[in-house]
Amino acid sequence: MNTTFQGSKDYVASEELMRSVNIAIALQKPLLIKGEPGTGKTMLAEAISAALGKKLIIWNIKSTTKAQDGLYVYDVVQRLYDSQFGNEGVDDIEKYVKLGKLGEAFSADEQVILLIDEIDKADLEFPNDLLWELDKMEFYIPETKQTVKAKQRPIVIITSNAEKELPDAFLRRCIFHYIEFPDEQQMKEIIHVHHKDVEENLLDQVLETFYWIRDLYNIQKKPSTSEVIDWIQALVLGGIDPDRIKAKVPFAGVLLKKNEDIDTMRRYLK
Amino acid sequence: MFTSFFYLLRARGLNVSLNEWMSLIEALDMGLHASSFTGFYYLCRSVLVKSEADFDKFDGAFLEFFKDMEFATDELPQELLDWLENPKDLPGTEFDMERAMQNERLSQSEIQKMFLERLEEQKDEHNGGSYWVGTGGVSVFGNSGFSPRGIRVGGQGGKRRAFQVAGERKFRDFREDNTLDTRQFQMAFRKLRQFSSRTEEARTEFDIDETIRETCDNAGNLKVVYEKPRKNMVKLLLLMDSGGSMEYYSRLCSSLFQAVSKSNHFKDLQVFYFHNCIYSKIYKEADLRPRSIITTDWILNNLSSEYKVIIVGDAQMEPSELLDPSYYSYGVRDEITGLEWLKRFKEKYPHIVWLNPSERPTWGGWWTKTYDIIHKDFDMYRLTLDDLNTALKKLMVSR
Repeated sequence: MNTTFQGSKDYVASEELMRSVNIAIALQKPLLIKGEPGTGKTMLAEAISAALGKKLIIWNIKSTTKAQDGLYVYDVVQRLYDSQFGNEGVDDIEKYVKLGKLGEAFSADEQVILLIDEIDKADLEFPNDLLWELDKMEFYIPETKQTVKAKQRPIVIITSNAEKELPDAFLRRCIFHYIEFPDEQQMKEIIHVHHKDVEENLLDQVLETFYWIRDLYNIQKKPSTSEVIDWIQALVLGGIDPDRIKAKVPFAGVLLKKNEDIDTMRRYLK
Repeated sequence: MFTSFFYLLRARGLNVSLNEWMSLIEALDMGLHASSFTGFYYLCRSVLVKSEADFDKFDGAFLEFFKDMEFATDELPQELLDWLENPKDLPGTEFDMERAMQNERLSQSEIQKMFLERLEEQKDEHNGGSYWVGTGGVSVFGNSGFSPRGIRVGGQGGKRRAFQVAGERKFRDFREDNTLDTRQFQMAFRKLRQFSSRTEEARTEFDIDETIRETCDNAGNLKVVYEKPRKNMVKLLLLMDSGGSMEYYSRLCSSLFQAVSKSNHFKDLQVFYFHNCIYSKIYKEADLRPRSIITTDWILNNLSSEYKVIIVGDAQMEPSELLDPSYYSYGVRDEITGLEWLKRFKEKYPHIVWLNPSERPTWGGWWTKTYDIIHKDFDMYRLTLDDLNTALKKLMVSR
């Protein structure tokens, strides 16, 4: 295996995560990534794409997304219009078949990274509808009697926020990795990637406060990585004295998005 | 090979399939465990376990299977040497250097023995519910390549060993048979959406795609197609015991309530409160004040039988509160027993389950008595994720 993932300069990956990524690549199975919001699930695919120098194709899943959308769309409406006005090429069905993201990834000449983002947003049957396609890396278009087969098996990364249980049959075909929330040391590395010249003192104070808030019992929406990065930005721009951070928690609204949470935090602060 | 590990995993409740096992063998053939025991651990986990809820079971089974193995014979001494020869991995302070030198003299079996002891100790601490924090003795393992959490060897947390990771059992909280917290509750109720069956519905929604397709097939003559709407049809009636012996479970119950009320995917949600048992009056608010009283008959008359009913209560009370026809409760006296009221609900609503935050009491004849009486008439489930899921499933199937 000469293409292994070692993290990238913009993305701090834990050793376990890198193992899982490389296992998935070697076994040619989709890698299913779960984890709290803000643990960098989506960014992982970008980092792998950058590190391995491969093109990234992102398929964002919404609640209305159907498996078919990822394969191809047959634009019947357009064809109907065209046929009514006697446009040319109406009998060429291929003209009306447009490949979806999965189809795009299959038909690419070079190996690509395919990110299926937030798969749990879709209908419950959605993952099952993709079993064959992800297994065999091919699908059939009955309209044109064509089979789209992957020229190079794409590296498939799937993220899930665990909103819904994914079907067993689907899970069996995946390599699974659960991204834990970064500990203080990892968080420091992550922050250094985003803010190069943060004062050590400020950073220590920030992280101490940050993990203190996360551990508070009643917090409903725990702040995550992106919030702490924004918070540091705010603190630096605001020129806040690092020694006041823990006592006052300035700009708490950047960290906590719910009024109740801010109230809770203030209560504990006293 | 070590097929018995496969069977052990299955025996410990992990649903590992043969396909996944074959994938693991394939991966081992490819050397993806990188010739290290830790690599092996992560490889097994990522290929065989597909939910963080099962990580703890896996850790337990892994420890059970490999604890007696001569795991350290080939790999570890080399790693140990590598580490000792690699100054950049050494912690910078004087104190830690001394430790490291000390540990160099330890024999492999000594380290292993100490580690296993530590493992025991660690479990104990974990059981106590507190965080696993490294003590002085632990740094021995940190330096020997068994560094537990919190003790770093060099700048990265990469030296944690398989046993140590497995022994940490830090995914214990994710176990589905644990009692729930708010977030997990919410997740559970999202699963009710899964049962928002499309098949119960009439075809009422205009289907553009199919209409066009059918019209085309019909030589341009319009042929309208309807499809089933994808709305959730579940109506939920939640009846919660409040106060008294339930105080003890108030946090758990309020989490459940939060989760249910935040789930906006129900077609309708009705919540009422009672104390101990349902009588002729019932309360709209949890504080059980007179102003929020409505008659229980109102519910039975106005909420149709298609409502799914969840009763939350510990089912533990003084027997007369359940069985005495003239039990006096909150200014209401009637000739109907609490049990009779419960039975009326059961008759009216075919989909009804009882969630109990408490286990069957092992003491106190009274409380066990009412628990058993109610249990006989109701499908009773504990308020754990596993049980809640079973209960919700039960709510969705027809009689």
